[in-house]
Amino acid sequence: MTASMVEPKAAGFFHDLLSVAGRALRSIPREPEVLAPALFIPVFFYFINVGALENVAKASGVSDYRAFQLPVAIIFAVTGLSRASALVLDIQDGYLDRLLMTPIKRATLLLGLMVADFVLVFAVEVPVIGLGYLLGVRFETGILGIFVFLLMGAFWGLAFTGFPYAIALKTGNPAAVNASFILFFPFAFMTTSFLPEESLSGWLATVAKLNPVTYLLEGMRSVITGWDTSMLLPGIASIAGVMIVSFSLALLTLRGRLRRGA
Amino acid sequence: MSNPAIITQGLGRDFDDNHAVIDVDLEVATGEIYGFLGPNGAGKSTMVRMLCTLLAPSSGMAMVADYDVVRNPGAVRLRIGAALQSAALDPMQSGREILLLQGRLYGLSRAATSERIETLATLIDLGEALDDRIKTYSGGMKRRLDLAASLIHTPKVLFLDEPTTGLDPVSRNRIWEEVRRLNDEGMTIFLTTQYLEEADVLSDRVGIISSGRIVAEDSPDTLKRRYGSDVIVAQTPGQEDDAVAALRNLPGVERVERHSDDVMVVTPNASKLLSPVALALQDAGITVANLAMRTPTLDDVFLELTGGRLRPGADE
Repeated sequence: MTASMVEPKAAGFFHDLLSVAGRALRSIPREPEVLAPALFIPVFFYFINVGALENVAKASGVSDYRAFQLPVAIIFAVTGLSRASALVLDIQDGYLDRLLMTPIKRATLLLGLMVADFVLVFAVEVPVIGLGYLLGVRFETGILGIFVFLLMGAFWGLAFTGFPYAIALKTGNPAAVNASFILFFPFAFMTTSFLPEESLSGWLATVAKLNPVTYLLEGMRSVITGWDTSMLLPGIASIAGVMIVSFSLALLTLRGRLRRGA
Repeated sequence: MSNPAIITQGLGRDFDDNHAVIDVDLEVATGEIYGFLGPNGAGKSTMVRMLCTLLAPSSGMAMVADYDVVRNPGAVRLRIGAALQSAALDPMQSGREILLLQGRLYGLSRAATSERIETLATLIDLGEALDDRIKTYSGGMKRRLDLAASLIHTPKVLFLDEPTTGLDPVSRNRIWEEVRRLNDEGMTIFLTTQYLEEADVLSDRVGIISSGRIVAEDSPDTLKRRYGSDVIVAQTPGQEDDAVAALRNLPGVERVERHSDDVMVVTPNASKLLSPVALALQDAGITVANLAMRTPTLDDVFLELTGGRLRPGADE
């Protein structure tokens, strides 16, 4: 083929999205050090929490604490799991500039990574839910319930990725991206992670009511015990709310970086 | 006659109070190799980034391949390729994966991209390493792959920002040959380089930027005639300062400079001054190890216009 026969053109939004996601997905198994903590931390906390608090929880009225803790393990596994650190490396190495000099649709630089994140968090959820099964957790809602449960966890993980991406794009600093993990703590601990809402008191009960993770956990727990739209819908709404905020933040930060041209 | 490949009018870029590029008017003809020289911080990379649509100008306009970089950046991107200062690659991918991704983003079919990779393989010369992760590549291998990535879609205008920095002489010559070959095929090339020899050998015209402004622009030969002077180089081991003092007031001498172990006598006519210089050194009792004359180089032009010499290896 001669050079003159090559006719470059804009590939289109979905083509670009798949190209960026494909590259990100290829990289994931090449960096097992990123995946290892994501699997170890939830499994560790699942065992610890169940071992330490199962009897206390029973006294508080929780009949199946292993099922109660399973959504918490999922949230621990997927929250903050993203390719934001890889994006920082792209910025530092100049590879983002190479991509920006192509006719790629700008938003796909971010959304493509998020597609890969969604696949990743879904994959991370599977062994955690398998562990729950081994410990005796059963879904009253069957296979469909398990699928909805996994989807809720995956969409939550996806919703949260907007924050580290915004920090990556704003700072281009790997330390700042790593520090974004701090955001995880108020979301994950100032809620009904360990005990039901009725057992919380004082300021923690107030904060838990404002924390979207409270509704997410309740929604996911409800899927284990049976279909209850009054619990499920607020859970889905809480994911959507966080997603709108974090994605808006990330896309605005991307636009700002492109405007700055830095 | 085709339009110029690059036109800028009053192009400027400020970073807060720092005026990185100021009021630059530039015209690069289609099919030309334009060498862009400047000392560190002169604005070379800022200029390239604006022309590559990576950085919005603060003032003025720029057209590349017939399209405005601000109003129609998408059209510009389809027509340009760029290998920027440091090889912009993902270390976790293989060379082939990088090239395949580039091809996809330019809308090429997999078959077309694969054929382009085969065509570019001669330039890349990575052999089986093309399928290895880039983190295992040497600096030279990365630069060659970076250049190939910028060529996958056969751009009309190619920006090369110091393309041979860090390469061994063999790799450098190979890149030079490729640049000439691409230019012979009609590709316009905008080349910034720290190597004056590179600009001299490759460029049809050279622009010199200093403190954000173009201070000279012409063919290398014309610039050398206009701004350069002949130079007599004397080597007087251990007596360089004495030699400078002995030659400073000699008739016909513009100036005398010491550069490391060399004493350089700048003059309009070196052949006429060679004997007087030898005699003056002898009269001063200075032992001359070597005495030679040379015609002006781009380095001399650069020194005359900017007051400094280029130091390869230093970043802008």
